[in-house]
Amino acid sequence: MSAEETNSAAAPRRAGGIDLGTWKGVWVNVELERGRVHPVSWELLGEGRKLADHLGVPLSGVVLGPDDAATGEACAEAFRHGADTVYVVRHPVLEHYRTDPYAKVFTELVERHKPEILLLGATTLGRDLAGAIATTLSTGLTADCTELRIDDETRSLAATRPTFGGTLLCTIHTLEYRPQMATVRPRVMAMPKRDEGHSGTIVTESVTLAEEDVVTKILSYIPDANADNAQLAYADVVVAGGRGLGKAENFRLVRELAAVLGGEYGGSRPVAQAGWVSGDRQIGQTGKTIRPKLYIAAGISGAIQHRVGVEGADVIIAINNDPKAPIFDFATYGVVGDALQILPALTEALRARLGHSAAAE
Amino acid sequence: MHIVVCVKQVPDSSQIRVHPVTNTIMRQGVPAVVNPYDLVSLEEALRLKDRLGARVTVLSMGPKMAAESLKKCVALGADAAVLITDRVFAGSDTLATSYALSAAIRRIGQDEPVDMVFCGKQTIDGDTAQVGPGIARRLGLQQLTYVSRIETVDPAAREIVVHRRAEGGVQVLQTKLPCLVTMLEGANTLRFASMDDMFRAARYDVVEWDHKAAGITEVDRCGLKGSPTVVKKVFAPQPRAIKAEMLDATGKSASETVDALLSTLFAKHPNLEAEIRQ
Ligand SMILES: Cc1cc2nc3c(=O)[nH]c(=O)nc-3n(C[C@H](O)[C@H](O)[C@H](O)COP(=O)(O)OP(=O)(O)OC[C@H]3O[C@@H](n4cnc5c(N)ncnc54)[C@H](O)[C@@H]3O)c2cc1C
Ligand SMILES: Nc1ncnc2c1ncn2[C@@H]1O[C@H](COP(=O)(O)O)[C@@H](O)[C@H]1O
Repeated sequence: MSAEETNSAAAPRRAGGIDLGTWKGVWVNVELERGRVHPVSWELLGEGRKLADHLGVPLSGVVLGPDDAATGEACAEAFRHGADTVYVVRHPVLEHYRTDPYAKVFTELVERHKPEILLLGATTLGRDLAGAIATTLSTGLTADCTELRIDDETRSLAATRPTFGGTLLCTIHTLEYRPQMATVRPRVMAMPKRDEGHSGTIVTESVTLAEEDVVTKILSYIPDANADNAQLAYADVVVAGGRGLGKAENFRLVRELAAVLGGEYGGSRPVAQAGWVSGDRQIGQTGKTIRPKLYIAAGISGAIQHRVGVEGADVIIAINNDPKAPIFDFATYGVVGDALQILPALTEALRARLGHSAAAE
Repeated sequence: MHIVVCVKQVPDSSQIRVHPVTNTIMRQGVPAVVNPYDLVSLEEALRLKDRLGARVTVLSMGPKMAAESLKKCVALGADAAVLITDRVFAGSDTLATSYALSAAIRRIGQDEPVDMVFCGKQTIDGDTAQVGPGIARRLGLQQLTYVSRIETVDPAAREIVVHRRAEGGVQVLQTKLPCLVTMLEGANTLRFASMDDMFRAARYDVVEWDHKAAGITEVDRCGLKGSPTVVKKVFAPQPRAIKAEMLDATGKSASETVDALLSTLFAKHPNLEAEIRQ
């Protein structure tokens, strides 16, 4: 794409110029990469379903990928997670994510079908793509939203996100431009119930793409050695430690408890920065958002930036020696005591309980 | 080689406090810093300068006081610094910001063509990661975000190979210059300013452009007017009313406390035990 073309495409499209009424429907990017759909796509379909129902419009998934079985499976799964329609583009050029061809195809689909809302996951792929297409379409994009609602008065998307380092929230609208775009981080929204029987309409879209026109080439792909860092966000049980553990060696107590529970472990930002745990195990606003069934936080004060990353947990157990620690304001159970004593006792008791009856089964 | 690095001056967010009564942000006394992610990109550009003899220009949009942040970049080794500062830029969202910065990069390129543009991964105040891709689109640059390593740059062949972070792995990408790169945190360690550069920075006059000097003719695409997004309200998070059910361990042994905790936990959440076992 030449700079000239880019600029003409980016001319402002104010309400005076565009008829907002011709933009209809909620779209979700179904993020397919290397044969696997990122689960944030289903979380967004769940959220998109609510927005679409409120507006009385259809919910659609967009699947871009090569012409293979995984692409077909992604479409089928999109229906099972609530989509009424799936727009699919199958093309060998789309085998690996690259900004230019993906942005080109996505922009064309949006201009053809004019959805009023477009949601993408705030992943490395989603953020890269969203920033590119919002610019070409010259419309508003709100990053890392924590709440999406429809403002009935204006029929516009009210997108709420943290601001000023998470101390405040702000609600952002895109009133005079379409589509209204937003990204949401994995695990911020709940996973919708999967409905095996739900299906819908597949619309196969054709686009002109040629590998010769794509300047960026994939030389190779290096999968992460410890792919388990991706598991943290989706784990059912998470144990985390904070500065209250005192020193790096004590972090062993957190890992041991996580192991007995068959869960994952993580840490607050200061301990991730101090290297007690790797950076990709940081939990909170600038780390991972988690939604486990059980979250155990030891020696963590419960600052707002930590809190927003863990509030989706079903049950939160907080261990802190300060009865006034803010974490007790949102935990389900609070233990006032020394984490260095409580953690090993908990590991021991659970090992006895789970180990014993597991053997009896 | 000519490299432009976009840097933003931001309030040190760790020091921002909210007024307990009025719920407004207390900015007074909060120090302004160079957005930390932008320094990762600046360092990478300076390494290319050391290796290939590139010229590095730093660019910022902001109030006049942002010149201080640019001088800091000069002290670290940047060759030139441009600040675009104008009332018409006030209230810019990411779309309007990338519009103004692209215009300035085009203008900078008139004197010496630009081969690479660096942006930070994201800002700590805006936190959107959108401005980089926005600039790449507008200038027709190849877009390389979340780069963890620049493997090779060949100015003669106009080719670059980078490692780009994807979910669950790393893409090794080869592309052509001109391109836009955003660096991942931890990709390098920032150097210390040398004595020579510190003296040079102290004497250096940051180039200041208003919108006209930056080559912007369509003022409507800048600032509040050029921003599709509207901030409707800013508010403090609602504290949840429920308080944790408390178990006090003082005076009890750790195992007594833990037994009490587990019997309450598994009695009130009967499915939890089965779920943990899965
Ligand atoms: C822009 C921005 C983004 C941020 N993002 C994140 C983020 O993503 N994640 C995050 O976690 N933080 C984040 N923070 C930092 C956050 O504000 C807090 O500083 C941080 O969460 C505090 O970590 P902590 O609870 O481990 O440490 P502290 O706040 O120091 O708390 C330690 C706690 O341990 C308790 N304690 C001490 N000794 C013991 C003991 N023996 N047994 C039991 N308890 C003990 C203390 O009572 C205290 O409550 C962010 C901040 C900013 C400004
Ligand atoms: N006002 C600005 N001046 C210069 N560079 C900016 C400005 N705003 C954003 N950037 C660049 O764009 C990157 C991403 O910003 P953001 O989209 O706000 O997260 C930053 O790390 C900077 O490199």
